[in-house]
Formats: sequence, C-alpha cells, structure tokens
Amino acid sequence: MAGEKEIRSKIASVKNMQKITSAMEKVAASKIRKAQRQMEASRPYAERIRRVVGHLAYANSESKHPFLNEREVRRVGYIVISTDRGLCGGLNANLFKTMIGEIADWREKNVAVDLVLVGAKAVAFFRRMGGSVLGTATHLGDKPSVNDLIGSIKIMLDAYEDGKIDQLYVVHNEFVNSMTQTPRVLQLLPAKGLASDEASLQEHWDYIYEPEASELLDHVLMRYIESQVYRAAVENFACEMAAKMVAMKSATDNAGEIIDGLQLQYNKARQAAITQEISEIVGGAAAVSG
Amino acid sequence: MATIQVDIVSAEGEIHSGEAVMVFAPASMGEVGIAPRHAPMLTTLKPGEVRVQDADGKEETFYITGGMLEVQPKLVTVLADTALRGDQLDEAAALAAQQSAEKALEGAADETDVARAQAELAEARARYRAAQKLKGKR
Repeated sequence: MAGEKEIRSKIASVKNMQKITSAMEKVAASKIRKAQRQMEASRPYAERIRRVVGHLAYANSESKHPFLNEREVRRVGYIVISTDRGLCGGLNANLFKTMIGEIADWREKNVAVDLVLVGAKAVAFFRRMGGSVLGTATHLGDKPSVNDLIGSIKIMLDAYEDGKIDQLYVVHNEFVNSMTQTPRVLQLLPAKGLASDEASLQEHWDYIYEPEASELLDHVLMRYIESQVYRAAVENFACEMAAKMVAMKSATDNAGEIIDGLQLQYNKARQAAITQEISEIVGGAAAVSG
Repeated sequence: MATIQVDIVSAEGEIHSGEAVMVFAPASMGEVGIAPRHAPMLTTLKPGEVRVQDADGKEETFYITGGMLEVQPKLVTVLADTALRGDQLDEAAALAAQQSAEKALEGAADETDVARAQAELAEARARYRAAQKLKGKR
C-alpha cells in the first residue's frame, strides 16, 4: 500500500484539477446563455433569406445565375465548422466521423472532396487525416463575425464559379438542446429546393429586378451564403459551450469520486500505520516485562 | 380587406412580422409602395425607413441601413442590414452621426474614403429624417 504522504499529495492534486474543471464548467455555463442568444438572433435572417433564395430558384428569368443551376457532380466542396478548443466531449469527434462518412460516400461515386476548415480542431484533424484542404479559418473567439469567415467562404465560391466544385455543403453541429448536439450537413449550392411553399411557385413568373438582375442576384446569393455559414458558426459555438459544460461537469463529478476513493485509501493506510505502531509498542513492553 | 404578410428581419434578429395592407420601402431606384397581390419583385434597399400600415390604419416605422426586399403576391420580406424600430431612434444621436459623416466627407482624401463617407452620410441623413418625422407625430 502506498505511503500516507504520497496519497495525501495525490488527493491535493486531484482537488486542484477539480477546482479547474468546475471553474471551466461555470465559465461555459455563463457563456452558453450569450451564445444561445446570439444563435437565436441569427436564425430569422438566415431562415428568411433561405426562403427568398428558394423562391429565386423557381423564377423563370432569362439568365439563370450559376449558383442556382444544377450540374453534373464531379467534385464537391465542404465547409467544416469545428471548435477552436478541446475539452468539449465528443462534439468534434462526432462531427469528423460524419464528415469522414460523407467523404467515403462520395468516393464510392468517384467524386473528390475539397475542404475548407473553420476551427483549430478541424485543421489539426485533417492535417493528420489528409484530404484536399483549400483554406482554413481559426480563432474566431466568442463572437464569430462574418468578416472572419468571408475569406474562407470566398475560396469556395470562387471554386464553384470556376467549375472546380459542383456542390457546396456546410457541416456543423446542430444545437438541439444543451444536452444534445448532433452533426448536420447542409447543402448551400446549388440553391435548389429550399422553399417550403413550392406548390404556389410552379406557374410561369419572374421577378421585377431593380437594379440589374445579375448584379442583384450576386448580391442576394452572396448574402445568402454568408448568412448560412455565419449562422452555422454561431450555432456551433453554442454547441461547443453546451458540450463543454456537460463534459466539465462530469469531469468534476469524476474528480470527486477519485478523491473519495483516495481518502478511503489514506484512512486505511493511516490506521494500518497506527495499528502497527501499537503492536510494536505492546510487543516491546511485553519483552521488557517478561 | 386584403392583407399581405410582412416579415422584417435583420442580421441581429426578427424585427417585425405581421399582416399589413400597405408597405412602403426605400428601394434603390426610388421608394416603392407594395399592396397585396403585388407582382414578384426583388430589389436592393437604400438607407431609409420602411413603413407598414395595418388593417386598422395604424402605421409603424422601421429604420434600416440598407438591405434587400423580396415581394411575392402574399408575402413581403425585408432583409435589412440593420433595422431599428422607430421608437428606438434617437434624434440627437442621429444628428451627431450626420455631422460626423459630413466632417469626414470634408476631410476625405482618396476615392474609397469619399465613397464610404458618402454612404455614411446618406445613412445618417435618413436616420435623422426618420427621427424628426417621428418626433412630429408624437
């Protein structure tokens, strides 16, 4: 059995760890509220613009914007949104598992996959895994801003316009509730089949465009992609905080259990030492008096 | 009376959602008024105010700094860059913004600066006008 002193120092170090994990849990719990608010605020815009673009796909204009056209798929692009920091349970691992499944599916169909990675964890993972990475964006902080994402979005849009990729997806964690987050794959381009009220849109019609249609469509579709990716980043951040809170809570609980176990061991060791001492004294006294 | 569903959203959240009989918006090529069963239309918006009239004849004003407008026969969607409810508009702050924009325009050196300053000025002016109009109404 380990000595008393060793056990005592072990208990002290586990207690320190417990302090840290419980502090991290509290930090995550306070951040999650802000993150959730941010996420909810970004939702209406993202949903409405998705609906507008869904309508757009049904307009019978003379010139279809390339972002709306479906074409034969030879290469696809994925924007993978992960967290910058770890210690958030299986959040990133689940996301990457989904992503690897997607890549495998496309490979079966002989379609190559290009990646743009957001978040340091995705960068580290795909550096090990391999894969064609076109761009990365890391360290978005607590408040992801559209400006931080624009660069990586542009890489994908340029690739799409040049015909290097034929479809564009974004992969991120969906915030179901603070206990559950699930990976989600969302198609961004071509923007087709997004409107829920499709039935009413079947007739022959077109928009009145002000100003020029092509210019306007560029603007709308650009905003559309930006808002979708931004929303994904914000939602993923809320997921990170929720997952971190849960992970840190269970880490704190586990640390408590370990401390209890060690404490028991310590008491036993102490008692054994005392018992031994007494029996030595008694033995010694018996030898003297005998 | 026929009504049309109006949704006004900005990147910061939902601003307004409801039925209306008439909507006015500052389209980039001049103000447009939209009644129910309007033809589908897609346009960009200038800084200015969006006015929504409901069936009771009440009118609500929203200030936007630009954005996009989509019209479907039964649906108007305003995708604002930033939007403010009329009553959040502060006249003094609006005037200060306008003055600082004017000052920036004076000192502006190269072309991009001028363009940016002009855009800011247009925005500040629209904000000020909206605030003043609202003050008159109260």
